[in-house]
This record gives sequence, C-alpha cells and structure tokens, in this order.
Amino acid sequence: MSSEAQHPVNLNTLYQQVILEHYKKPHGKGALEAPTITKSLQNPTCGDNLTVYLILDEANKVADVKWDGSGCSISMATASMMAKAVKGKSLEQVDEIMHKVYAMIKGDPGEYKSIGELQALAGVAKFPVRVKCATLAWHCVEEGVKEYKGGNDVNG
Amino acid sequence: MTLDVARIRQDFPILHQEMNGHPLVYLDNGATTQKPRQVIQALVDYYEGYNANVHRGIHTLAERATDAFEGARAKIAKFIGSPSPDQVVFTRNGSEGLNMIAHGWARTRLKAGDVMITTAMEHHSNLIPWQEAAKATGATLKIVDLNADGTLKMETYDRFLAEGSVKLVAFTGASNVLGTINPIEEMTAKAHKAGAIVVVDAIQIVPHMPVDVVKWDVDFISVSGHKMLGPTGTGFLWGKAELLDQMEPTYHGGSMIAEARLAGATWAKSPAKFEAGTPNIGDFIALGAAVDYLTALGMEKIHAYEVELTNYAWTQLSAIPGMQLYGPKEPRTGLISFNIKGIHPHDMSAVLNEYGVAIRVGHHCAQPLTEALGVPATNRASFYLYNTPAEIDRLVEALLQAKEFFGDVE
Repeated sequence: MSSEAQHPVNLNTLYQQVILEHYKKPHGKGALEAPTITKSLQNPTCGDNLTVYLILDEANKVADVKWDGSGCSISMATASMMAKAVKGKSLEQVDEIMHKVYAMIKGDPGEYKSIGELQALAGVAKFPVRVKCATLAWHCVEEGVKEYKGGNDVNG
Repeated sequence: MTLDVARIRQDFPILHQEMNGHPLVYLDNGATTQKPRQVIQALVDYYEGYNANVHRGIHTLAERATDAFEGARAKIAKFIGSPSPDQVVFTRNGSEGLNMIAHGWARTRLKAGDVMITTAMEHHSNLIPWQEAAKATGATLKIVDLNADGTLKMETYDRFLAEGSVKLVAFTGASNVLGTINPIEEMTAKAHKAGAIVVVDAIQIVPHMPVDVVKWDVDFISVSGHKMLGPTGTGFLWGKAELLDQMEPTYHGGSMIAEARLAGATWAKSPAKFEAGTPNIGDFIALGAAVDYLTALGMEKIHAYEVELTNYAWTQLSAIPGMQLYGPKEPRTGLISFNIKGIHPHDMSAVLNEYGVAIRVGHHCAQPLTEALGVPATNRASFYLYNTPAEIDRLVEALLQAKEFFGDVE
C-alpha cells in the first residue's frame, strides 16, 4: 500500500503527491545574478517569505527564474511549480497561467488541463486558510512584472 | 487528592465532539479556554432572569444585576488576594488593561530622560503599548534579553536598574511562547529598590496557579478572563490603590465621573473611574461563575495537575526524533512550544487537525521572540485542567503521523 491510503482523505486532497515531491526536491531554488525582476513578499500572519528572481530576454520571455525563501510546504512547492511553469514563457503566457491558477484555487469551475501539473493545487480551494500560501509565489511574479512594466513605461 | 478530570470533563460540553472523525483534543488553551456549563448557565440565568443596566436603576432587576456584577468583582478580588474589590477594574481583555496603564499612568507621568524596562519574551500587548508610550513622552524603553534556555538575563535587568532613571518595569509572569515563569517577587523587589513601579502581564499565570498580589508586591497586573474559563470580552486589571488614584482614565463618559459641569468634570474613584459606559454585565457575572468553578476545585490542585501533565508532555515530546522544544523544562506554565525538523508549523497544524488535535501555530503575537528563536514560526500545545495524559498521547501519535506523511525533506 502507498502511504496515501493510510492518511485522512483531506490530507491527500491538499497535499497531492506532486506537491510533496516539489516540496522535497524543489526546482529553481536559489538566487539569480543580475535579474531583470526581483520581488519579495511575505505572509505576515504565517511568517512565510519569498523572493522571486526573473531574467527576461529581448523578446520579454522568461530566460531564467529562481526563488528563495522559507515557509510551509504549500508555499514552497508552489514556488517550485511556478519556476518550472514560467521558464521559457512570454509574459503574456505567464499572465494566462497565473490567472488560471488563481481561478482554480478560488474553486472556479473550468478547464485547467493546459496548466499541467499545476492542477495538483486544485485541492487548495477546499482549504481557504491555505490559499495565501499557494498564491504567494504567483503574487511575487504578478507584482514584480507590474513594477517592471510600470518602470519601463516611465522610462519609455 | 488530585483532580477528578473525568468528572471535570463532563462539565465541558464542547469537548465531547468529533473533529474529522476523531474525538476532539483541544490543546489551544493559551489562546482561549473552553467554558464549563456553569459559566454558560450564568449567562442564560442573567439574560433570562435579571438583565438590567447596573449602577443606575432603582428597580429590583437593576439591583439584582448590580449585586451579581459587583459580586463577580468581589470574587475576583478574593481570587487574586486583592485587599479590596475596588482595586479590580474590568477590561475587555488582557491587552486593554496593559494599554490603560500605558495611557493612564505612563503617558501622563513620564518625560524625556525617564526609562522603562520590558523584556524580549513579551506578547505584543506588553511591548507595543510601552514602545508607543516611549515615543509619546520621549522616555527610553530598554529590553532585557534572554539566555539560551529561554530565561531572562538577570545581569541585564540588574544593569538597566543600576543605570538609573527607571520609572516603570513591565514583564510577563509567564511567557505565552516559552512557558518560562519569571521570578516575579525578586524582580519586583529590585525594581522597587530602584524607584520603579512594576506591571506584570499575569495573563498566563492567574488561570493556572494560586496568586497573591500582596505577596508579589507588584503595582499592576493585567489578566484575561476568557483564558480562565470565562467568556470572551472579559479581562481585568488590578492595581495598588494609590496607583489607581494616580492613574488617569483612558475612556470618558457615563458612570466614571464624580461631578460633571459644562466647564469640566472630576473623576469617580476606582473602579468606576476606569469603566465608562455600560459594562459587559452578563459576561462578567459569568466570569464570576468561572472563578467559583476554579476556586471550588482549588488552584493548588489545578497547578499541581498541570505541572504533572506538562512534565509528561515534555518527556513524550522529547522522545520524538528531530524534536526541538523551546524554553526551560521548569519552572514552566502549562504550555510547550516546539518544532520538528523539516515540517513547517502550518503543515503540522493541518495534519494534526485531520487527526482531531487542535494546537496553535505561528508567532503567537510575539514576533520579536519568534525571530530570536531563529524560526519563522513554532507549534504550541497549551494545556488546562480538563486535558489528560491520553490526549498528550494523541498529540504524539498525530506528530508521528505528520513525520511519516512529510518524510525526509531536503
């Protein structure tokens, strides 16, 4: 028997195997030198803190992405999954993925096949107190990109 | 004779329910305690039988409400060894009492050059009011640091007192995170020698052990009613009579004046002076019932039982591999904060909840302390008179399940 069957059903809804794998073997953890975008955010109530680094190429595609921080398995696994999902994508594609994730975690019914393994986060919808854990990395991306674009507009 | 916990548990309806398919194990008493039938019944009796405003009406209902309300004050006074019920001021919670002292005493009397002392193990409610009072008056706030075992560094405390100009010392009787019980009488005697008044956050002390404010010789204490079987929205501050005379009221309005003229007013004596407006009558009467309940069991016995239970929990938790416990083994109040390597407290709490075990996780409103421990958050199991060794075993089992569930983390 896998250990999944021995634990309460709710736990396996929240902590899907793929989430636990990302937590135990995170992708893209660390810092980037000379990133185009750096954004740090905290969840003050739980003490989670996260920094996301993005390097954009000339075509505004994510050439590289890393993140660092500390927090619960959901926030750390989400950062890892985010890093895997956005690498090589254009900012428009990143935006699309991000809004699908937000909608899914809110519990909106919809078609989420296109976001691949990120679908594992669907169970978070049943745990409202953990939504902020599962969106912290994405909020870093969202606000970081917004600041970058704002900065570019001002300069341009 | 020890406590008859099986009998006590019958008085707490909320404990007899399932949580996620398991009997509820409530270990979050540091946040708030459950309420016995007797307390709940006191609320029902009041609202069904004699609800009226106090200190005003001449009619019988008002008289009955006033008698019960002031009766609760007298019970509390006796419970903590206060020479008079007039020294017990009703508040909404522990934080409000500390804020009232900061506003009514510290801010009206301190000036630039004066010093206040508090410690690095305080709840925000015994830190921020003094920070703000320092800002407002130009006084300096000095913070006593901690030893590695989670006790106060007495050398630092002594040095601060020796440096002079100390007008106020505020410290917790027992830390809500570390469980450390501070030497109240020793610290108070030293502060008085240096000419300072002493404010003790007794929120984690009064519910758990016998207290005699006269023996402590402290000047003010603040206590939370809902952490000692009473309803939420109740707390009280106690002060020495002459200090309550010196202290200015924080709130103004009905019931608190001696004489009101269009040109100004004079204040009533304590406690009326500090209780403007219609008080939380029913809830304080019910807090009186909580005090009756605790008194009938005996605080000596309650304390002895909690010590036994906490020692058992310490031993059982220590045996778990990867376990880090915070604070000294003893003396400690009935709570233990801990972390297990590789499992974040939020994940821990989520797993425990699925096994019906309720604990608190986070920084416990003591963020500077949590940071000093070098962790983002801790788990805290806090006990009370209705908890059992079998419930500690359930906690340990659930922790082992969590370890298995999360496995080894890189």
